[in-house]
Amino acid sequence: MKKIYLLSILLFPLFLQAQNEEDLLSLLGEEKTTNYATASFKTNRVVNGHSIENTAAGVLDFKISHRFTQLRNGVYDIFGLDGATIRFGLDYGITDRLMIGIGRSSKEKIIDGFIKYKILRQSSGQKNIPITLSYLIDSQIKTVKFSDETRDNKFSSRLYYTHQLLIGRKFSDRISLQLMPTLVHRNLTESPDDKNDVLAFGVAGRIKLTKRVALNAEYYYVPDGQIATPFVNSLSVGFDIETGGHVFQLHFTNSPDMTYKGFITETQEDWFYKGSSDQLLSGLRFGFNISRVFTVKKPKKLD
Amino acid sequence: MKKQILMIAALLCMVAAVSAQNFFTRDAKVKFDATSPNSPEKIEALSKTGTCVLAIATGKMQWAVLLKGFSFQKALMEEHFNENYVESSKFPKATFNGAITNLAEISLTKNGVYNAVVSGKMTLHGVTKDVTTNGALTVSDGQIKLNAGFNLVLADYEISIPSLVSDKVAKEAKVLIDATLLPMK
Repeated sequence: MKKIYLLSILLFPLFLQAQNEEDLLSLLGEEKTTNYATASFKTNRVVNGHSIENTAAGVLDFKISHRFTQLRNGVYDIFGLDGATIRFGLDYGITDRLMIGIGRSSKEKIIDGFIKYKILRQSSGQKNIPITLSYLIDSQIKTVKFSDETRDNKFSSRLYYTHQLLIGRKFSDRISLQLMPTLVHRNLTESPDDKNDVLAFGVAGRIKLTKRVALNAEYYYVPDGQIATPFVNSLSVGFDIETGGHVFQLHFTNSPDMTYKGFITETQEDWFYKGSSDQLLSGLRFGFNISRVFTVKKPKKLD
Repeated sequence: MKKQILMIAALLCMVAAVSAQNFFTRDAKVKFDATSPNSPEKIEALSKTGTCVLAIATGKMQWAVLLKGFSFQKALMEEHFNENYVESSKFPKATFNGAITNLAEISLTKNGVYNAVVSGKMTLHGVTKDVTTNGALTVSDGQIKLNAGFNLVLADYEISIPSLVSDKVAKEAKVLIDATLLPMK
């Protein structure tokens, strides 16, 4: 008995020593850090709509976007490239969670402005939050001349508002998904049967194919009974290609609009549909967004 | 029997001594610079949360630095560092496991500045390599300050730079370490 007692005492320091040699760092215990999910998408847009990503604080993002006419016009129109609607815009990150932006589209001469705030950031570790949640308010002003100038046209008829929640999660390095319940308010509608408030549900995702290329898809579903004027749901699929300071987004979509009220409530043609004389037609068109970022705020000093 | 008791007492003292002989830090500064002559901007980053434990009895030293803890001057550079170069979600930490090899020339209990040679295995981006470097080790009133610098060849750790920007990022990153270790209680 005494011997065992002695032996255990003799071995004890050896054991302690051995443990020291194996892993000194474990003596510090588990570090308590919060690990935020970053780069769920390559840029702050999926295709037409926003993604859960924000422009970083002090960074200006200049965007040039084009949507061409339908591919079905063939070689005569070089597959739609002869006709384009254009939007150029500027986004700016006030903080890492709050961003603003403005833009102008050639279609209906729309000026849009938005503010987006990241309410929750997906994180693990000390703070465990499974999703990223952002809130977006976007207003659009149609500045094109009224079709009937003799009518009593009100300025408010030019205004559209969008409220959107972005609920997203980066599931893995490659896969991110987000849901976007969206409300589009239109002050003036095409017909009295059209609702002023249109509720839509968006879903979007990306699969990262390589370090610098990702496949994106975005779909907005509008439940029936809200829009009387013929329209279809917007579906877009495209690639994000990142080259340092630029992100090139090349996509196929059935929406010629890049504003919320446009692509959610006014998309006219499906990807594929039957025409009046029963031939198969396609509303598919090619488009791109180019994003270039500039660090405008003086970078913070290291140390 | 008396001898045995004495031995036990001596051993217990050793145990106490061993456990008191670790020095550590949780806020070591680790800086790296991968700016090349052709870089349009400075490519440098700093982490202030490097962890290190040094066992002064054996000279064994271990480091761990969270790669997401490196902050850059430009947000986009930080994103590219984490996403494309070190892939920090797959390989969250850079670690070093080694020892001071010239421990005989250093008195860790006496104030002074010593030249320390450290060698061991560095793991970054899932690749482990042998590393040896010199540094200044300053002992002052129960604290141990470490200052060292070494070069790290990016290709050794399979960190690939796309050909388009290959001349704009240095092939070797200069790493600087500045740590103050305190005795572990």
